[in-house]
Amino acid sequence: MSLPLIVFFACGVTAVLGAVLLIVAREPIHSALSLILVMVSLAVLYLLLGAEFIAAVQIIVYAGAIMVLFVFVIMLLNAGVEERTNLSKMAKYAGVPLGFFLLLEIAHWFWRSAVGARIANGSGTVNASAVSTRDLSMQLFQQYLFPFEATSILILIAILGAVVLAKRGE
Amino acid sequence: MDFIAQHAVLVVSLVKIVILLLVVMTALAYLTWFERKVVAHIQSRWGPYYVGAHGLLQPLADGMKFLFKEDVTPPASDRLLYVLAPFLAFSLALTTLALIPFGPPTIQILGQPVFVIANSNIGLLFLFAITSIGVYGVALAGWSSNSKYPLLGGLRSSAQMVSYEVSLTLSVVGVLLLANSFSFNGIIESQSPNIGHWHVWKQIVGFLCYITAAIAETNRVPFDLPEAETELVAGFHTEYSSFKFAMFFMAEYANMITVSCLATILFFGGWLSPFPESWTWQLYLPGVGLLLIALYCAYDTIAHMRGIARIQLAVVALLALIAGASCLIPAVMPVIQGPFWFITKVGLFLFLYVWIRGTLPRFRYDQLMSFGWKLLLPVSLVNLLVTALLIVVVKR
Repeated sequence: MSLPLIVFFACGVTAVLGAVLLIVAREPIHSALSLILVMVSLAVLYLLLGAEFIAAVQIIVYAGAIMVLFVFVIMLLNAGVEERTNLSKMAKYAGVPLGFFLLLEIAHWFWRSAVGARIANGSGTVNASAVSTRDLSMQLFQQYLFPFEATSILILIAILGAVVLAKRGE
Repeated sequence: MDFIAQHAVLVVSLVKIVILLLVVMTALAYLTWFERKVVAHIQSRWGPYYVGAHGLLQPLADGMKFLFKEDVTPPASDRLLYVLAPFLAFSLALTTLALIPFGPPTIQILGQPVFVIANSNIGLLFLFAITSIGVYGVALAGWSSNSKYPLLGGLRSSAQMVSYEVSLTLSVVGVLLLANSFSFNGIIESQSPNIGHWHVWKQIVGFLCYITAAIAETNRVPFDLPEAETELVAGFHTEYSSFKFAMFFMAEYANMITVSCLATILFFGGWLSPFPESWTWQLYLPGVGLLLIALYCAYDTIAHMRGIARIQLAVVALLALIAGASCLIPAVMPVIQGPFWFITKVGLFLFLYVWIRGTLPRFRYDQLMSFGWKLLLPVSLVNLLVTALLIVVVKR
Protein backbone atom coordinates (compact mmCIF):
# COMPACT_ATOMS: atom_id res chain seq x y z
CA MET A 1 0.00 0.00 0.00
CA SER A 2 1.38 3.38 -0.90
CA LEU A 3 1.49 6.27 1.52
CA PRO A 4 -1.16 8.42 -0.22
CA LEU A 5 -3.57 5.49 -0.19
CA ILE A 6 -3.11 4.99 3.56
CA VAL A 7 -3.73 8.69 4.16
CA PHE A 8 -6.75 8.55 1.87
CA PHE A 9 -8.39 5.71 3.78
CA ALA A 10 -7.55 7.22 7.17
CA CYS A 11 -9.12 10.54 6.20
CA GLY A 12 -12.05 8.93 4.41
CA VAL A 13 -12.93 6.87 7.47
CA THR A 14 -12.50 9.92 9.73
CA ALA A 15 -14.77 11.99 7.50
CA VAL A 16 -17.52 9.35 7.51
CA LEU A 17 -17.20 8.81 11.27
CA GLY A 18 -17.38 12.57 11.83
CA ALA A 19 -20.51 12.78 9.68
CA VAL A 20 -22.19 9.98 11.64
CA LEU A 21 -21.20 11.61 14.95
CA LEU A 22 -22.62 14.91 13.71
CA ILE A 23 -26.07 13.33 13.48
CA VAL A 24 -25.84 11.05 16.50
CA ALA A 25 -24.39 13.53 19.02
CA ARG A 26 -26.97 15.05 21.35
CA GLU A 27 -24.97 18.04 22.52
CA PRO A 28 -25.09 20.75 19.78
CA ILE A 29 -21.46 21.70 20.34
CA HIS A 30 -20.36 18.09 19.81
CA SER A 31 -22.21 18.10 16.49
CA ALA A 32 -20.47 21.31 15.48
CA LEU A 33 -17.07 19.85 16.36
CA SER A 34 -17.81 16.68 14.36
CA LEU A 35 -18.61 18.88 11.38
CA ILE A 36 -15.20 20.56 11.78
CA LEU A 37 -13.63 17.10 11.82
CA VAL A 38 -15.38 16.27 8.54
CA MET A 39 -14.21 19.51 6.96
CA VAL A 40 -10.60 19.05 8.02
CA SER A 41 -10.46 15.48 6.71
CA LEU A 42 -12.03 16.66 3.44
CA ALA A 43 -9.29 19.27 3.22
CA VAL A 44 -6.68 16.52 3.49
CA LEU A 45 -8.46 14.64 0.69
CA TYR A 46 -8.25 17.78 -1.49
CA LEU A 47 -4.57 17.92 -0.66
CA LEU A 48 -4.15 14.35 -1.89
CA LEU A 49 -5.77 15.35 -5.17
CA GLY A 50 -3.10 18.04 -5.57
CA ALA A 51 -5.46 20.93 -4.86
CA GLU A 52 -3.38 22.72 -2.22
CA PHE A 53 -5.15 26.05 -2.51
CA ILE A 54 -8.63 24.56 -2.19
CA ALA A 55 -7.48 22.53 0.82
CA ALA A 56 -6.16 25.61 2.63
CA VAL A 57 -9.22 27.67 1.75
CA GLN A 58 -11.51 24.86 2.87
CA ILE A 59 -9.97 25.03 6.34
CA ILE A 60 -9.68 28.83 6.52
CA VAL A 61 -13.22 29.56 5.34
CA TYR A 62 -15.26 26.60 6.56
CA ALA A 63 -13.47 25.20 9.59
CA GLY A 64 -11.90 28.50 10.63
CA ALA A 65 -14.57 31.12 9.93
CA ILE A 66 -18.03 29.67 9.42
CA MET A 67 -17.81 27.01 12.10
CA VAL A 68 -16.38 29.51 14.59
CA LEU A 69 -19.61 31.48 14.15
CA PHE A 70 -21.64 28.28 14.69
CA VAL A 71 -19.74 27.46 17.88
CA PHE A 72 -20.02 31.08 18.97
CA VAL A 73 -23.79 31.11 18.55
CA ILE A 74 -24.16 27.78 20.35
CA MET A 75 -22.08 29.14 23.23
CA LEU A 76 -24.04 32.40 23.38
CA LEU A 77 -27.45 30.76 23.26
CA ASN A 78 -26.33 28.11 25.72
CA ALA A 79 -28.32 25.58 23.68
CA GLY A 80 -29.40 22.56 25.72
CA VAL A 81 -29.17 18.86 25.02
CA GLU A 82 -31.32 17.68 22.13
CA GLU A 83 -34.41 15.64 22.94
CA ARG A 84 -34.75 12.20 21.43
CA THR A 85 -38.05 11.14 19.82
CA ASN A 86 -38.99 7.71 18.63
CA LEU A 87 -39.08 7.45 14.87
CA SER A 88 -42.50 8.14 13.42
CA LYS A 89 -44.19 5.33 11.47
CA MET A 90 -43.57 7.14 8.22
CA ALA A 91 -39.83 7.43 8.93
CA LYS A 92 -39.58 3.87 10.18
CA TYR A 93 -41.27 2.08 7.29
CA ALA A 94 -40.67 4.43 4.35
CA GLY A 95 -37.69 6.58 5.29
CA VAL A 96 -35.13 3.99 6.33
CA PRO A 97 -35.59 1.67 3.30
CA LEU A 98 -35.68 4.64 0.92
CA GLY A 99 -32.49 6.06 2.37
CA PHE A 100 -30.83 2.68 2.06
CA PHE A 101 -32.02 2.36 -1.53
CA LEU A 102 -30.64 5.83 -2.35
CA LEU A 103 -27.25 4.89 -0.93
CA LEU A 104 -27.21 1.70 -3.03
CA GLU A 105 -28.13 3.63 -6.15
CA ILE A 106 -25.36 6.20 -5.63
CA ALA A 107 -22.85 3.42 -5.00
CA HIS A 108 -24.03 1.60 -8.12
CA TRP A 109 -23.73 4.59 -10.43
CA PHE A 110 -20.40 5.59 -8.95
CA TRP A 111 -19.15 2.06 -9.52
CA ARG A 112 -20.30 2.11 -13.14
CA SER A 113 -18.93 5.59 -13.89
CA ALA A 114 -15.55 6.35 -15.47
CA VAL A 115 -14.10 7.59 -12.17
CA GLY A 116 -15.17 4.39 -10.42
CA ALA A 117 -13.64 2.24 -13.15
CA ARG A 118 -10.35 4.06 -12.89
CA ILE A 119 -10.27 3.62 -9.12
CA ALA A 120 -11.16 -0.07 -9.52
CA ASN A 121 -8.21 -0.82 -11.77
CA GLY A 122 -5.95 1.32 -9.62
CA SER A 123 -4.92 3.93 -12.18
CA GLY A 124 -6.85 6.99 -11.11
CA THR A 125 -6.27 7.01 -7.37
CA VAL A 126 -4.06 10.00 -6.76
CA ASN A 127 -3.32 12.86 -9.06
CA ALA A 128 0.09 14.07 -7.95
CA SER A 129 0.35 17.05 -10.28
CA ALA A 130 -0.55 20.01 -8.12
CA VAL A 131 -2.65 22.80 -9.58
CA SER A 132 -0.81 26.01 -8.82
CA THR A 133 -2.61 28.93 -7.24
CA ARG A 134 -1.58 31.02 -10.26
CA ASP A 135 -3.41 28.73 -12.72
CA LEU A 136 -6.44 28.73 -10.50
CA SER A 137 -6.61 32.51 -10.24
CA MET A 138 -6.01 32.90 -14.01
CA GLN A 139 -9.10 30.76 -14.62
CA LEU A 140 -11.10 32.47 -11.90
CA PHE A 141 -10.35 36.08 -12.82
CA GLN A 142 -10.33 35.74 -16.61
CA GLN A 143 -12.57 32.97 -17.88
CA TYR A 144 -14.97 32.88 -14.94
CA LEU A 145 -14.84 36.54 -13.97
CA PHE A 146 -18.55 37.20 -14.48
CA PRO A 147 -19.85 34.31 -12.34
CA PHE A 148 -17.25 35.25 -9.71
CA GLU A 149 -18.42 38.87 -9.52
CA ALA A 150 -22.08 37.81 -9.64
CA THR A 151 -21.49 35.52 -6.66
CA SER A 152 -19.81 38.33 -4.72
CA ILE A 153 -22.82 40.57 -5.31
CA LEU A 154 -25.16 37.77 -4.20
CA ILE A 155 -23.18 37.36 -0.98
CA LEU A 156 -23.21 41.14 -0.44
CA ILE A 157 -27.00 41.15 -0.81
CA ALA A 158 -27.25 38.34 1.73
CA ILE A 159 -25.08 40.30 4.20
CA LEU A 160 -27.22 43.42 3.73
CA GLY A 161 -30.34 41.31 4.28
CA ALA A 162 -28.91 39.93 7.52
CA VAL A 163 -28.09 43.44 8.75
CA VAL A 164 -31.61 44.68 7.91
CA LEU A 165 -33.19 41.72 9.71
CA ALA A 166 -31.00 42.25 12.76
CA LYS A 167 -31.76 46.01 12.88
CA ARG A 168 -35.54 45.54 12.65
CA GLY A 169 -35.83 44.39 16.24
CA GLU A 170 -34.56 47.69 17.67
CA MET B 1 11.61 -1.84 5.88
CA ASP B 2 10.79 -1.39 2.21
CA PHE B 3 8.19 1.13 3.22
CA ILE B 4 10.74 3.17 5.15
CA ALA B 5 13.31 2.92 2.34
CA GLN B 6 10.73 4.24 -0.11
CA HIS B 7 9.70 7.07 2.16
CA ALA B 8 12.99 8.43 3.44
CA VAL B 9 11.25 11.77 3.82
CA LEU B 10 9.22 10.34 6.71
CA VAL B 11 12.30 9.32 8.69
CA VAL B 12 14.14 12.57 8.05
CA SER B 13 11.03 14.57 8.96
CA LEU B 14 10.59 12.62 12.18
CA VAL B 15 14.16 13.39 13.24
CA LYS B 16 13.67 17.06 12.38
CA ILE B 17 10.38 17.17 14.31
CA VAL B 18 11.99 15.71 17.44
CA ILE B 19 14.89 18.18 17.30
CA LEU B 20 12.59 21.14 16.65
CA LEU B 21 10.31 20.10 19.53
CA LEU B 22 13.24 19.91 21.94
CA VAL B 23 14.54 23.31 20.82
CA VAL B 24 11.12 24.95 20.89
CA MET B 25 10.17 23.57 24.31
CA THR B 26 13.41 24.90 25.77
CA ALA B 27 12.88 28.21 24.01
CA LEU B 28 9.33 28.41 25.41
CA ALA B 29 10.58 27.77 28.94
CA TYR B 30 13.28 30.40 28.67
CA LEU B 31 10.92 32.86 27.00
CA THR B 32 9.01 32.99 30.31
CA TRP B 33 12.31 33.68 32.09
CA PHE B 34 13.22 36.34 29.52
CA GLU B 35 9.83 38.01 29.87
CA ARG B 36 9.94 38.07 33.66
CA LYS B 37 13.47 39.47 33.61
CA VAL B 38 12.75 42.21 31.07
CA VAL B 39 9.46 43.28 32.67
CA ALA B 40 11.19 43.29 36.05
CA HIS B 41 13.94 45.58 34.80
CA ILE B 42 11.36 47.89 33.16
CA GLN B 43 9.69 48.13 36.58
CA SER B 44 13.00 48.59 38.46
CA ARG B 45 12.95 45.12 40.02
CA TRP B 46 15.35 42.19 39.75
CA GLY B 47 12.88 39.49 38.69
CA PRO B 48 13.70 35.81 39.34
CA TYR B 49 17.07 35.73 41.04
CA TYR B 50 17.41 32.95 43.59
CA VAL B 51 16.67 29.73 41.65
CA GLY B 52 19.95 29.31 39.84
CA ALA B 53 22.28 32.12 38.82
CA HIS B 54 20.15 35.06 37.59
CA GLY B 55 17.12 32.79 38.06
CA LEU B 56 18.21 30.63 35.16
CA LEU B 57 16.72 27.47 36.67
CA GLN B 58 13.37 29.18 37.37
CA PRO B 59 11.63 27.71 34.24
CA LEU B 60 12.67 24.22 35.34
CA ALA B 61 11.29 24.83 38.83
CA ASP B 62 8.04 26.17 37.36
CA GLY B 63 7.68 23.13 35.09
CA MET B 64 8.19 20.75 38.02
CA LYS B 65 5.65 22.69 40.07
CA PHE B 66 3.03 22.38 37.31
CA LEU B 67 3.64 18.63 37.01
CA PHE B 68 3.12 18.01 40.73
CA LYS B 69 0.04 20.19 41.23
CA GLU B 70 -3.33 18.54 41.68
CA ASP B 71 -5.24 18.28 38.39
CA VAL B 72 -8.77 19.49 39.18
CA THR B 73 -11.64 18.81 36.78
CA PRO B 74 -14.84 20.72 37.64
CA PRO B 75 -17.65 18.18 38.16
CA ALA B 76 -20.12 20.14 35.97
CA SER B 77 -17.73 20.37 33.03
CA ASP B 78 -17.94 18.60 29.70
CA ARG B 79 -15.13 16.10 30.32
CA LEU B 80 -14.15 15.34 26.73
CA LEU B 81 -13.96 18.95 25.57
CA TYR B 82 -12.42 20.08 28.84
CA VAL B 83 -9.47 17.77 28.19
CA LEU B 84 -9.45 18.33 24.43
CA ALA B 85 -9.22 22.14 24.58
CA PRO B 86 -5.68 22.54 26.01
CA PHE B 87 -4.36 19.79 23.72
CA LEU B 88 -5.94 21.48 20.71
CA ALA B 89 -4.53 24.89 21.64
CA PHE B 90 -1.03 23.58 22.31
CA SER B 91 -0.68 21.13 19.42
CA LEU B 92 -1.99 23.62 16.85
CA ALA B 93 0.37 26.29 18.18
CA LEU B 94 3.30 23.91 17.72
CA THR B 95 2.15 22.62 14.31
CA THR B 96 2.56 26.02 12.69
CA LEU B 97 6.28 25.93 13.47
CA ALA B 98 6.69 23.00 11.06
CA LEU B 99 6.12 25.39 8.15
CA ILE B 100 8.71 27.97 9.20
CA PRO B 101 12.05 27.88 7.31
CA PHE B 102 14.82 28.67 9.80
CA GLY B 103 17.53 28.68 7.13
CA PRO B 104 18.07 28.55 3.36
CA PRO B 105 16.71 25.46 1.53
CA THR B 106 20.07 24.96 -0.20
CA ILE B 107 21.57 23.37 2.93
CA GLN B 108 20.50 19.74 2.66
CA ILE B 109 21.03 16.31 4.21
CA LEU B 110 19.95 13.21 2.22
CA GLY B 111 18.34 15.50 -0.34
CA GLN B 112 16.07 17.03 2.30
CA PRO B 113 16.38 20.67 3.42
CA VAL B 114 17.66 20.80 6.99
CA PHE B 115 16.05 23.94 8.36
CA VAL B 116 12.38 23.38 7.48
CA ILE B 117 10.07 20.43 8.19
CA ALA B 118 7.29 21.01 5.67
CA ASN B 119 8.37 23.03 2.65
CA SER B 120 4.99 23.86 1.15
CA ASN B 121 4.21 25.87 -1.97
CA ILE B 122 1.49 27.68 -0.10
CA GLY B 123 3.13 27.81 3.32
CA LEU B 124 1.53 31.10 4.27
CA LEU B 125 -2.00 29.89 3.54
CA PHE B 126 -1.40 26.71 5.52
CA LEU B 127 -0.14 28.73 8.45
CA PHE B 128 -3.29 30.85 8.39
CA ALA B 129 -5.40 27.70 8.07
CA ILE B 130 -3.84 26.20 11.19
CA THR B 131 -4.03 29.40 13.24
CA SER B 132 -7.66 29.89 12.21
CA ILE B 133 -8.52 26.59 13.93
CA GLY B 134 -6.56 27.70 16.99
CA VAL B 135 -9.58 29.74 18.13
CA TYR B 136 -11.36 26.54 19.14
CA GLY B 137 -8.88 25.80 21.92
CA VAL B 138 -9.82 29.02 23.67
CA ALA B 139 -13.54 28.92 22.85
CA LEU B 140 -13.98 25.30 23.93
CA ALA B 141 -12.00 25.81 27.12
CA GLY B 142 -14.35 28.64 28.03
CA TRP B 143 -17.48 26.69 27.20
CA SER B 144 -16.59 23.26 28.59
CA SER B 145 -15.59 24.59 32.04
CA ASN B 146 -19.30 25.36 32.60
CA SER B 147 -18.58 28.38 34.74
CA LYS B 148 -19.23 32.13 34.43
CA TYR B 149 -15.78 33.66 34.10
CA PRO B 150 -14.38 31.12 31.64
CA LEU B 151 -17.47 31.45 29.43
CA LEU B 152 -17.19 35.24 29.35
CA GLY B 153 -13.46 35.00 28.72
CA GLY B 154 -13.94 32.41 25.99
CA LEU B 155 -16.62 34.51 24.24
CA ARG B 156 -14.51 37.64 24.45
CA SER B 157 -11.42 35.97 23.11
CA SER B 158 -13.11 34.17 20.24
CA ALA B 159 -14.75 37.45 19.19
CA GLN B 160 -11.42 39.21 19.46
CA MET B 161 -9.48 36.57 17.57
CA VAL B 162 -12.05 36.36 14.76
CA SER B 163 -12.13 40.16 14.41
CA TYR B 164 -8.39 40.64 14.30
CA GLU B 165 -7.76 37.63 12.07
CA VAL B 166 -9.35 39.58 9.20
CA SER B 167 -6.92 42.49 9.55
CA LEU B 168 -4.01 40.12 10.11
CA THR B 169 -4.68 38.28 6.85
CA LEU B 170 -5.34 41.46 4.86
CA SER B 171 -2.21 43.19 6.13
CA VAL B 172 0.09 40.56 4.64
CA VAL B 173 -1.53 40.46 1.19
CA GLY B 174 0.55 43.49 0.19
CA VAL B 175 3.70 41.44 0.80
CA LEU B 176 2.26 38.59 -1.27
CA LEU B 177 1.69 41.00 -4.17
CA LEU B 178 5.30 42.20 -3.96
CA ALA B 179 6.79 38.72 -3.53
CA ASN B 180 4.53 37.07 -6.11
CA SER B 181 4.58 33.84 -4.12
CA PHE B 182 2.81 31.98 -1.30
CA SER B 183 5.82 29.94 -0.27
CA PHE B 184 7.97 31.21 2.58
CA ASN B 185 11.21 30.61 0.71
CA GLY B 186 9.84 32.49 -2.30
CA ILE B 187 8.86 35.43 -0.09
CA ILE B 188 12.29 35.48 1.60
CA GLU B 189 14.21 35.22 -1.65
CA SER B 190 12.25 38.13 -3.13
CA GLN B 191 13.85 40.29 -0.40
CA SER B 192 17.49 39.59 -1.31
CA PRO B 193 20.23 40.78 -1.43
CA ASN B 194 20.34 43.23 1.49
CA ILE B 195 18.43 45.30 4.03
CA GLY B 196 17.27 47.84 1.41
CA HIS B 197 15.08 45.23 -0.29
CA TRP B 198 13.18 44.06 2.79
CA HIS B 199 9.43 44.35 2.37
CA VAL B 200 9.10 46.41 5.54
CA TRP B 201 10.14 49.60 3.70
CA LYS B 202 7.51 49.35 0.96
CA GLN B 203 4.93 47.84 3.28
CA ILE B 204 5.45 49.93 6.42
CA VAL B 205 1.68 50.44 6.85
CA GLY B 206 1.08 46.73 6.30
CA PHE B 207 3.74 45.92 8.87
CA LEU B 208 2.23 48.21 11.51
CA CYS B 209 -1.21 46.69 10.87
CA TYR B 210 0.31 43.21 11.04
CA ILE B 211 2.11 43.72 14.32
CA THR B 212 -0.97 45.28 15.96
CA ALA B 213 -3.27 42.51 14.75
CA ALA B 214 -0.69 39.89 15.72
CA ILE B 215 -0.49 41.11 19.30
CA ALA B 216 -4.28 41.01 19.49
CA GLU B 217 -4.36 37.57 17.88
CA THR B 218 -2.01 36.15 20.49
CA ASN B 219 -4.02 37.75 23.31
CA ARG B 220 -1.15 39.78 24.70
CA VAL B 221 -1.06 43.18 26.42
CA PRO B 222 -2.56 45.66 25.49
CA PHE B 223 -5.12 43.26 23.99
CA ASP B 224 -5.12 40.64 26.75
CA LEU B 225 -8.85 40.98 27.47
CA PRO B 226 -9.51 37.21 27.34
CA GLU B 227 -7.61 36.87 30.59
CA ALA B 228 -8.03 40.32 32.06
CA GLU B 229 -7.36 39.21 35.61
CA THR B 230 -8.86 42.29 37.21
CA GLU B 231 -12.26 41.63 35.60
CA LEU B 232 -12.41 37.95 34.74
CA VAL B 233 -10.21 36.22 37.36
CA ALA B 234 -8.21 34.50 34.59
CA GLY B 235 -10.58 34.34 31.64
CA PHE B 236 -11.00 31.15 29.68
CA HIS B 237 -8.52 29.11 31.74
CA THR B 238 -9.89 29.99 35.20
CA GLU B 239 -10.92 26.40 35.92
CA TYR B 240 -7.74 24.83 34.59
CA SER B 241 -4.98 23.70 36.88
CA SER B 242 -1.75 21.76 36.81
CA PHE B 243 -0.36 20.75 33.44
CA LYS B 244 -3.48 21.63 31.47
CA PHE B 245 -3.01 25.24 32.55
CA ALA B 246 0.65 24.99 31.63
CA MET B 247 -0.39 23.85 28.14
CA PHE B 248 -2.45 27.01 27.58
CA PHE B 249 0.43 29.03 28.88
CA MET B 250 2.89 27.34 26.52
CA ALA B 251 0.43 27.64 23.61
CA GLU B 252 0.36 31.41 24.12
CA TYR B 253 4.15 31.59 24.05
CA ALA B 254 4.37 29.26 21.04
CA ASN B 255 1.92 31.53 19.23
CA MET B 256 4.11 34.51 20.07
CA ILE B 257 7.07 32.72 18.52
CA THR B 258 5.08 31.80 15.39
CA VAL B 259 3.85 35.35 14.92
CA SER B 260 7.38 36.72 15.37
CA CYS B 261 8.73 34.18 12.86
CA LEU B 262 6.05 35.23 10.38
CA ALA B 263 6.88 38.93 10.83
CA THR B 264 10.55 38.10 10.26
CA ILE B 265 9.80 36.13 7.09
CA LEU B 266 7.29 38.53 5.59
CA PHE B 267 8.81 41.91 6.40
CA PHE B 268 12.40 41.43 7.55
CA GLY B 269 13.96 39.04 5.06
CA GLY B 270 13.76 35.81 7.09
CA TRP B 271 17.13 34.09 7.18
CA LEU B 272 18.78 36.67 4.89
CA SER B 273 21.61 38.76 6.26
CA PRO B 274 20.97 42.54 6.35
CA PHE B 275 24.43 43.20 4.87
CA PRO B 276 25.56 42.70 1.26
CA GLU B 277 27.30 39.40 0.54
CA SER B 278 30.68 41.08 -0.14
CA TRP B 279 31.09 41.92 3.56
CA THR B 280 32.76 38.67 4.54
CA TRP B 281 33.39 39.67 8.16
CA GLN B 282 29.72 39.03 8.91
CA LEU B 283 30.49 35.29 8.78
CA TYR B 284 32.24 35.67 12.15
CA LEU B 285 29.29 37.39 13.85
CA PRO B 286 27.54 34.31 15.39
CA GLY B 287 30.76 32.96 16.87
CA VAL B 288 31.95 36.33 18.15
CA GLY B 289 28.54 37.07 19.65
CA LEU B 290 28.51 33.79 21.58
CA LEU B 291 32.10 34.37 22.72
CA LEU B 292 31.13 37.81 24.03
CA ILE B 293 28.29 36.21 26.02
CA ALA B 294 30.78 33.69 27.39
CA LEU B 295 33.13 36.52 28.35
CA TYR B 296 30.36 38.42 30.17
CA CYS B 297 29.28 35.28 32.04
CA ALA B 298 32.88 34.58 33.04
CA TYR B 299 33.25 38.14 34.32
CA ASP B 300 29.98 37.86 36.24
CA THR B 301 31.04 34.52 37.71
CA ILE B 302 34.23 35.95 39.12
CA ALA B 303 32.96 39.39 40.12
CA HIS B 304 29.43 38.92 41.50
CA MET B 305 28.37 35.30 42.05
CA ARG B 306 28.73 33.41 45.30
CA GLY B 307 28.25 29.74 46.24
CA ILE B 308 26.41 27.35 43.91
CA ALA B 309 25.36 30.17 41.54
CA ARG B 310 29.05 30.59 40.73
CA ILE B 311 29.31 26.99 39.47
CA GLN B 312 26.07 27.30 37.48
CA LEU B 313 27.16 30.46 35.73
CA ALA B 314 30.58 28.96 35.06
CA VAL B 315 28.85 26.08 33.28
CA VAL B 316 26.82 28.56 31.20
CA ALA B 317 30.01 30.43 30.32
CA LEU B 318 31.72 27.20 29.31
CA LEU B 319 28.75 26.14 27.12
CA ALA B 320 28.70 29.54 25.41
CA LEU B 321 32.45 29.26 24.89
CA ILE B 322 32.13 25.82 23.26
CA ALA B 323 29.21 26.94 21.08
CA GLY B 324 31.01 30.13 20.07
CA ALA B 325 34.22 28.27 19.23
CA SER B 326 32.36 25.67 17.14
CA CYS B 327 30.62 28.49 15.25
CA LEU B 328 34.06 29.68 14.16
CA ILE B 329 34.96 26.35 12.48
CA PRO B 330 35.19 27.14 8.73
CA ALA B 331 32.88 24.24 7.77
CA VAL B 332 30.18 25.34 10.23
CA MET B 333 30.37 29.09 9.57
CA PRO B 334 28.31 29.33 6.34
CA VAL B 335 25.71 26.80 7.59
CA ILE B 336 25.01 28.71 10.79
CA GLN B 337 24.47 32.09 9.04
CA GLY B 338 20.79 31.58 8.07
CA PRO B 339 19.55 30.36 11.47
CA PHE B 340 21.67 33.01 13.23
CA TRP B 341 20.00 35.91 11.45
CA PHE B 342 16.56 34.31 11.70
CA ILE B 343 16.83 33.70 15.43
CA THR B 344 18.28 37.18 16.05
CA LYS B 345 15.36 38.84 14.24
CA VAL B 346 12.77 36.66 15.97
CA GLY B 347 14.44 37.46 19.30
CA LEU B 348 14.09 41.19 18.60
CA PHE B 349 10.37 40.74 17.95
CA LEU B 350 9.94 38.77 21.15
CA PHE B 351 11.69 41.59 22.99
CA LEU B 352 9.26 44.03 21.37
CA TYR B 353 6.36 41.93 22.71
CA VAL B 354 7.73 42.02 26.23
CA TRP B 355 8.58 45.71 25.95
CA ILE B 356 5.01 46.51 24.93
CA ARG B 357 3.70 44.41 27.82
CA GLY B 358 5.85 46.32 30.25
CA THR B 359 4.76 49.69 28.85
CA LEU B 360 1.12 49.84 27.80
CA PRO B 361 -2.12 49.52 29.81
CA ARG B 362 -5.01 47.31 28.69
CA PHE B 363 -7.71 48.42 26.23
CA ARG B 364 -11.37 48.54 27.21
CA TYR B 365 -13.47 45.93 25.38
CA ASP B 366 -15.49 48.39 23.26
CA GLN B 367 -12.26 50.26 22.40
CA LEU B 368 -10.76 46.98 21.28
CA MET B 369 -13.65 46.17 18.97
CA SER B 370 -13.99 49.64 17.43
CA PHE B 371 -10.22 49.84 16.98
CA GLY B 372 -10.17 46.52 15.14
CA TRP B 373 -13.13 47.07 12.87
CA LYS B 374 -13.16 50.85 12.36
CA LEU B 375 -9.45 51.62 12.13
CA LEU B 376 -7.27 48.57 11.57
CA LEU B 377 -9.46 46.90 8.93
CA PRO B 378 -9.97 50.00 6.71
CA VAL B 379 -6.28 50.93 6.95
CA SER B 380 -5.13 47.46 5.90
CA LEU B 381 -7.72 47.45 3.07
CA VAL B 382 -6.50 50.84 1.78
CA ASN B 383 -2.91 49.63 2.08
CA LEU B 384 -3.77 46.62 -0.06
CA LEU B 385 -5.52 48.76 -2.68
CA VAL B 386 -2.68 51.29 -2.91
CA THR B 387 -0.07 48.53 -3.16
CA ALA B 388 -1.98 46.79 -5.94
CA LEU B 389 -2.46 50.06 -7.85
CA LEU B 390 1.21 51.02 -7.53
CA ILE B 391 2.34 47.61 -8.72
CA VAL B 392 0.12 47.90 -11.80
CA VAL B 393 1.33 51.45 -12.51
CA VAL B 394 5.02 50.56 -12.09
CA LYS B 395 4.68 47.48 -14.28
CA ARG B 396 3.13 49.48 -17.11
